[in-house]
Amino acid sequence: MSVLVRLRPATRLPRPLIAGGAIIGACLILAIFPQLFAPYDPLKMDYVALNQAPSWAHPFGTDNFGRDVLSRIIFAYRIDMQIAIFATVFAFTFGTLLGALVGYAGGRIEALFGRVVDAIITFPFLVLVIAIVSVLGPGLVNMYIAVSVVGWVFYARITAAEIKVQKRLDYADAGRAMGYTHFRIIFRHLLPNAITPAVVYWMTDMALAILLGSSLGYLGLGAQPPAAEWGVQIADGKNFMTTAWWSSVFPGFAIVTTGLGFSLLGDGLAEVLRTRK
Amino acid sequence: MTDTVLSVRNLTTSFRSAAGPLTAVNDVSFDVRQGEVMGLVGESGSGKSVTLRSIMRLLPRGAQIGGTVTWAGQDLLKLSDAGIRAVRGGQISMIFQEPMTALNPVLPIRIQITENLRAHTDLDANGRAARARELLDIVGIPDAARRLDEFPHQFSGGMRQRAMIAIALASNPRLLLADEPTTALDVTIQDQILNLILDLRDEFGMSVVFVTHDLGVVAATCDRMAVMYAGRIVETGTVADVFARPNHAYTRGLLGSVPQAGAERSMLLSIEGTPPGLAAIPPGCAFNPRCTFAGDTCRTTRPELTSLGPDRSVACHHNDAVVQAGSPVA
Repeated sequence: MSVLVRLRPATRLPRPLIAGGAIIGACLILAIFPQLFAPYDPLKMDYVALNQAPSWAHPFGTDNFGRDVLSRIIFAYRIDMQIAIFATVFAFTFGTLLGALVGYAGGRIEALFGRVVDAIITFPFLVLVIAIVSVLGPGLVNMYIAVSVVGWVFYARITAAEIKVQKRLDYADAGRAMGYTHFRIIFRHLLPNAITPAVVYWMTDMALAILLGSSLGYLGLGAQPPAAEWGVQIADGKNFMTTAWWSSVFPGFAIVTTGLGFSLLGDGLAEVLRTRK
Repeated sequence: MTDTVLSVRNLTTSFRSAAGPLTAVNDVSFDVRQGEVMGLVGESGSGKSVTLRSIMRLLPRGAQIGGTVTWAGQDLLKLSDAGIRAVRGGQISMIFQEPMTALNPVLPIRIQITENLRAHTDLDANGRAARARELLDIVGIPDAARRLDEFPHQFSGGMRQRAMIAIALASNPRLLLADEPTTALDVTIQDQILNLILDLRDEFGMSVVFVTHDLGVVAATCDRMAVMYAGRIVETGTVADVFARPNHAYTRGLLGSVPQAGAERSMLLSIEGTPPGLAAIPPGCAFNPRCTFAGDTCRTTRPELTSLGPDRSVACHHNDAVVQAGSPVA
């Protein structure tokens, strides 16, 4: 049996993982070195070339300030990838850790936690985020805070449920029988076995965060003009939709491909993490 | 008995339920001596596993444990959390029934062994690595150096059980609690594992408490045994005595229901009915509805566990009649 197990090509990665990894890898390269790829300065206005249709000089055209749409899209990777990560990483970390503790503790603590989660989930997500941002003031950092304040509950709920399953398995008892501390059992033994759904959700959540970031940018509550951000770009272009569709449509494609990349990455990761058991 | 290492007295464990407390283990007392294998035998639900877990205090919250469990001069049931953690793993180890779930699926075997070594020994990293290899050799896993870096899913059932034993033994425990360690394995592997446990007992001078429902396993491994029914001990004695002269109708029934190789082809006796649920233990002797020896006293008065001599006791009103009926395996 052990020979068979080893013969199974453990190194063959699932296709969604490869595709998603390639897309996100490319996005990260664009985010880190936009100046290598962007043909123009994203903030440079050119009043003799307003709302120009796509051409060899401006492959995605120019916007209503004469800025090169392609360059703005490329520089926007920096902000939008940052949104994907910072709007989710705190929620993921805090939610997963808290969920692990709560799921392990069970009983009254879990019941109390359930009520808090219910209370937060009762508010429509977007409305709550907009409310928090309008109290704190528009801007990226405040948006991260708003999204994190709400977002952690989903991770906590997923992880708590999974820990509840894992803690009843014999290896958790075996750990206790070995005299390990609760802390060690939770974080060393249970959490690595319970974290998969949260990681997969995280990938999807990054795609959603970009959409949310773009929505808030569009509403003027996220990234502030003249910064290049896809939502801001779409908002800027919306008034010229009938005459200069390119300044809104191309940033939309960027959102779609990046979101697709994260979703594929999530699917692929789910497959890899599942087959390991 | 000067060489008694573990002394369980009046152990009573109950769980809260919607219908009031359910007593899974009731007034159980037994001793385990140095280097001895003590068998706890009974059907599913007789309370044998709960007894074992009560000793280690490995029960879900809400379980009430009464009585005393004396180990090295201290009552395990009264120790602080830190105190019981020092005993668990370091002095008393436990192996589990299901080798498929009792190992952590995401950690390689090496880490699971060295983790216990780190927690309970003074070895440095090199010493732990060497000891981990040595332990896999001891439990008979070939090619130990390579297999240490494998994950549990790459091991077969018997190999996992061996790995689990290696982990449990890492800290040189003085008592091993074995909760049906061979039930999930096929018979040839079962035999190897039992022999392994006996060899290790001799080598390390451990004592073993062996929980099982399999009388064949008891005959092969244990020195003394205690038969449990509906949460109580109904008969104790050396394995040879109990097999030769069962004093409790339940013990006799259990012995009669084991097929024997080489014997004349004969009907296998079975015990009619099923063990009672914890919420509906009959008055009098808990076994009376299923007992062919039962009389009126059995239905009203619970028989106390009475001593028949050193190491021998029974809780039965009609033990003389049971002895007269003879042992089905003698």
